[in-house]
Amino acid sequence: MNSAAFVLIAILTLAAALAAATLQKLMHATLSFAVALVGVAAFFFLLGAEFVGLVLIFVYIGAVAVLIVFTILLTRRDVGKDRGANWGGALLAVAVFGGLAWAVFKTQTVATGAPHIRALTVKRIGEALMTSYVWPLQCVGLLLTAALIGALVLVMEEKR
Amino acid sequence: MSKSVDQIFVNAKQWLLSWLMPAPAWVVQIVSSLINIFALLAVFLTLFALMSVLERKILGRIQNRYGPNRVGPFGLLQPVADGIKMLIKEDIVPARADKLLHFLAPILIAAAAILALGVIPYGRNMTPFTIDGGILFFFAVGSTTELAVFMAGWGSNNKFSMLGAMRAIAQMISYELPLIITVLPVVMVVGALMPDRIVGAQAEYTLGVVPRWFVFTPWGATAFILFFVSGLVESNRTPFDVPEGESEIVAGHMTEYSGFKYATFFMAEYIGMFAITGLATTLFLGGWHSPVQVLEFIPSYVWFFAKLSTLLLVYIWLRGTLPRTRIDQIMNFAWKFILPMSFACVIAAAVWHYAGRGLRGWLWSFVVIAIVYTALSMLLDTQRKFAPRVYRFAE
Repeated sequence: MNSAAFVLIAILTLAAALAAATLQKLMHATLSFAVALVGVAAFFFLLGAEFVGLVLIFVYIGAVAVLIVFTILLTRRDVGKDRGANWGGALLAVAVFGGLAWAVFKTQTVATGAPHIRALTVKRIGEALMTSYVWPLQCVGLLLTAALIGALVLVMEEKR
Repeated sequence: MSKSVDQIFVNAKQWLLSWLMPAPAWVVQIVSSLINIFALLAVFLTLFALMSVLERKILGRIQNRYGPNRVGPFGLLQPVADGIKMLIKEDIVPARADKLLHFLAPILIAAAAILALGVIPYGRNMTPFTIDGGILFFFAVGSTTELAVFMAGWGSNNKFSMLGAMRAIAQMISYELPLIITVLPVVMVVGALMPDRIVGAQAEYTLGVVPRWFVFTPWGATAFILFFVSGLVESNRTPFDVPEGESEIVAGHMTEYSGFKYATFFMAEYIGMFAITGLATTLFLGGWHSPVQVLEFIPSYVWFFAKLSTLLLVYIWLRGTLPRTRIDQIMNFAWKFILPMSFACVIAAAVWHYAGRGLRGWLWSFVVIAIVYTALSMLLDTQRKFAPRVYRFAE
C-alpha cells in the first residue's frame, strides 16, 4: 500500500512541478508550485516525519506561496508576452540535475535495507535543537529578528 | 453506567468495525476513518444549521425584533429553507473570471476548514485523528485558507473581490502570528503538541473544587483572551469583518459568488469558527473535563459542546454589540499590542513553571503580565488631543 501511495504522490508532485514550470499564467504556475509542495510534504508524512511535513506546509503554503502571490500582484503585469526560451535557466537546471544525479550515484549504500529508526517525534526534534544545534538555532533567530526589524525600518513613516 | 454512556459513541464505532473482522487491516483502517469523517460532518453541519438560525434569532433579540419565526416551530426549519434556496439558485460565473480558480476556491476553503476539525478531542477517546503534532496540523491546514481566499479574490477578476481578498489575507497573516504565539505557553507547560496530552494535563482539581484549567493562571487567562480575539479576526467576524464590509466592498472576496458556492464560503466561515473555538476549549478551558469534580458523571462530550456553545454565544453577542473597526486600527492593534502581550505570556508561563507552578508561580507570572501590560498601555497612550483629522494623501 505504501508503494502505491508513493507512486501516486510522485506522479502528482512531478505533474504539479511540470505545470509550475510550463504554465503560461504566472498565477496558475504559483498555485501548481503550491500543489507540488503539498506533494513533497506528503512524502515526509509517508516516511513518518510528520513534523517536517507539517512545517513544510506551514511555511511554504502559508507564507512563501502567499508571498509569491503578493509579489506577482504588486508588480508589473506583462505576463502575456512570450520572451522565448530561457537558455541560461535551462543550463542551470541541467547543471543542478547533473550534480544531484552524480551525488546520488556516488552514494553506494542506497540499495541496502534502511536501518530501523525511531519515530521522529516533536520531542526528539526539540531536544536536538536545544542541545547539539543550539548555536545554529540562535544564529537563525538573530538573522530573522534582523530581517523583521529591517522590514519595519523599510516601511516606517518618515517624520517631517 | 455513566461510563458506558460516556463511551457510547466509541463503543458504537467498535461494534460497527467488528462486522468487518474478516477483512484485511487496511480496509478496517479506511472504514474507521470514513466513520470518523461522517460523524464529524454530520455533527458540525447540524451545528452550522443550528448556529445560523440561532445567530439570527439572538441578533434579532439584541436589536429588539423577532428574527426568523415563520418556517417551522420558532423558525427552527429556516436553515432547511435557506439550503433549498441556495441549491436552486442560478450559479453565475463572470465571463472574464478565471473559471478554474473561481471553481476551486470554495472547495479548498471548505476542505481546509473541515480538516482542521479533525485533531480536536471531543470527548474521552474521541479524537478523530490522533497525530503527534496535532496543534501544528491545525495551524498548517489553517494557513492554506489564505491561498484559497486569494484564489477566490483573484479568480473573480473584480476589484471588490481583489480588495476584499487583500484585506482578508493582510489581517489573517497579521493575526496568525499572535494566534500561534499564544498557543506556545500551553505547549511549553505541557511539553507536547498533542491535543489529547494538553487536555490530560488539565484533568486534576485543586482541593477537589477548582479545576486546573490553564485559563485560571495569569498567563493562561491573558493568552486565552488574546487567542480569542485573534480567532475572531481569523474567522473574519464582527468587529473584524472588513474583508467583507458590505458598506464598502460589497462582500469582499465572495462578491462574484452565488448560489451554492456562496453557501460553501458561508459554511467554511462557520466551520472555521467552530474549529478555532474548539481549539480554545482544548487549550485553555480543559477540553472535555467537567468544571467540578462531582459533575464528572455527565458524559465528556456534553461538557465539550457546552463549552463550545458558550464561546459561540460570545461570538454572536460580540457581533450584536460592537461596530466594525477600520483596517489600520486592526493592524495597529495586532502589531503594537497583541504581539508583545503574547510574548509576555510566553515569559510569564516560563516564570510560572520555574516558580513551582503553585501560588508563588501564580503571583510571579501575574507580576510579569501586569508589568508588560502597564508598560504597553503607557507606551501606546500617545496623549493625542482630539482635533480635526489631517489628510496626508487626499485633499
